[in-house]
Amino acid sequence: MSTLNIRGLEVSVITEKGHIEILRGVDLTISSGETHAIMGPNGSGKSTLAYSIAGHPKYTITGGSVTLDGANVLEMTVDERARAGLFLAMQYPVEVPGVSVSNFLRTAATAIRGEAPKLRTWVGEVKEAMTALNMDPAFSERNVNEGFSGGEKKRHEIMQLELLKPKIAILDETDSGLDVDALRIVSEGVVRAKEANNLGVLLITHYTRILRYIKPDFVHVFANGRIVEEGGPELADKLEEKGYAEYVGA
Amino acid sequence: MSVLATNYLTPTGREEAWRFTPLSRFAGLHDGTSVISSVESLIARDALPAGVTASRISRELVSSVSQSEDVIVQRVHAEAETMFHLQIAPSIELSEPIHLKRKQMQVGQAELSRVRITVGQGARAIVIVENDGEVILGEDIEIILEQNSYLKFVTLQEWSAHSVYAARHHAIIDRDATFESVTVTVGGSLVRILPTVEFKAPGSSAELLGVYFATAGQHFEHRIHVDHAVPKAKSRVNYKGALSGNEAHTVWIGDVLIRAAAEGTDTYELNRNLLLSDGARADSVPNLEIETGEIVGAGHASTTGRFDDEQLFYLMSRGVPMDEARRLVVRGFFAEIISHINDEAIQERLMVGIDGELAKVGE
Repeated sequence: MSTLNIRGLEVSVITEKGHIEILRGVDLTISSGETHAIMGPNGSGKSTLAYSIAGHPKYTITGGSVTLDGANVLEMTVDERARAGLFLAMQYPVEVPGVSVSNFLRTAATAIRGEAPKLRTWVGEVKEAMTALNMDPAFSERNVNEGFSGGEKKRHEIMQLELLKPKIAILDETDSGLDVDALRIVSEGVVRAKEANNLGVLLITHYTRILRYIKPDFVHVFANGRIVEEGGPELADKLEEKGYAEYVGA
Repeated sequence: MSVLATNYLTPTGREEAWRFTPLSRFAGLHDGTSVISSVESLIARDALPAGVTASRISRELVSSVSQSEDVIVQRVHAEAETMFHLQIAPSIELSEPIHLKRKQMQVGQAELSRVRITVGQGARAIVIVENDGEVILGEDIEIILEQNSYLKFVTLQEWSAHSVYAARHHAIIDRDATFESVTVTVGGSLVRILPTVEFKAPGSSAELLGVYFATAGQHFEHRIHVDHAVPKAKSRVNYKGALSGNEAHTVWIGDVLIRAAAEGTDTYELNRNLLLSDGARADSVPNLEIETGEIVGAGHASTTGRFDDEQLFYLMSRGVPMDEARRLVVRGFFAEIISHINDEAIQERLMVGIDGELAKVGE
């Protein structure tokens, strides 16, 4: 049982114009097995929350705390956070030229697990994960995210989620740019990872359609850098109907 | 001591072609003050396959196939006593690379080396030149590709720390022939190579690939010149370099000339430099001169920068520690070029060397 505890998180970015405050005191607790959806309009700070938890250097934490099972996440380097059990499925996964998917996955699995996975079982593991996500085996010989379609990038993210077995996963707009079939395949992967590892999920999305596949236990409405309303799955239905208008400018 | 030295225009460092080169470290190759030894260092590593011959020809018997304004090339042509000639007979198709290597030189003495490689009509071959040891070496390698032939020409500059190597690697490519080169420069004090290409007839193509990794105090200079003087020739240039350490200096010049007659030319050149520490300097100058608009394409790109933070973040967000992430990125950066060398032992040796250099970068 793991718990990611976010308390009063304040985050800024430094630009030429000075500090711009993006997160203005976020409180959120995610435990193993739970699915939390964060929904909100574009520009509300949802992605900033995701990247700040993962430790992206662009964001400066100006207040609050983030702990994973009591350990101070904000003091960890990016790789330490991942090894502690956090995972971020990115909206825009980065191309790494010259590094094959198979090399990348094995390097990551070795880092996360603390030892190189045994070659024979590893090959089977990767094959299984790829088959489940309906991916061509030739995929593993391609360079990481290089020339991938939007759907391939998202499948590759979820494949990593399944192979690296984190405690808490943040999915940053994993549904964006996916057609109906790809959305279903990717969502099924998330549900599999949840069931297999009692994963806690923080699902960041603009739209409700992914919630048909990945049922949230809690829905949080995000606007202007903080959570402005919380509820159960019924809150998503309300958002579907009425949109974010009442929260914007609040 | 060379008696002919005074006939050449000794570069002063103010010339465009010499403005980046630290002539004070050139060991007298450029002004004729170096002591020329009688050692002829280039030899075949193994017994040559059928259809391939290597011989040394006296200077008086060597025909001229190309000109150069470069003083090193001029000196080599005028003063080298013999020319090493590797000949690949027409129609021969070799599956295994031909390896050339160096005999040990006399330390402190210089060599002027003239080399010619002739690939006969319709022949296909790979030549790998492994350059190591301590040298002061001026060299001209003329590579003649007859019609419809193919040559992959790999040179590895793994010279020891005090070496000076100044060379032209000049390809003359005939109709429908294909030249590929991979130029690797990782060792030496001062290395200055002119990878140059001359197209003789339509349908000829050249792909020039290169990697270099300069560390503290090393000067590695590659001055590419591709001369599109005939119609419908194709050229691609892709050089990638990394630099680390104080006064590591690399120079990449990419001159591509599309003459008025060269209609249907297709050319693209690219240079990327990765700065791994402070105090290093990469000069990168792509230079495209176009005298006809009737071409298929002509372009160039040049980038010099530090590690891509987004790449490192992506890898680290998967648990990969910073050092390992950098190693992956740099290996990936070079793998694109090194994977073209048809010899796994050499690929592995170069990658291990790169890892070693990277480990020294620290932080």
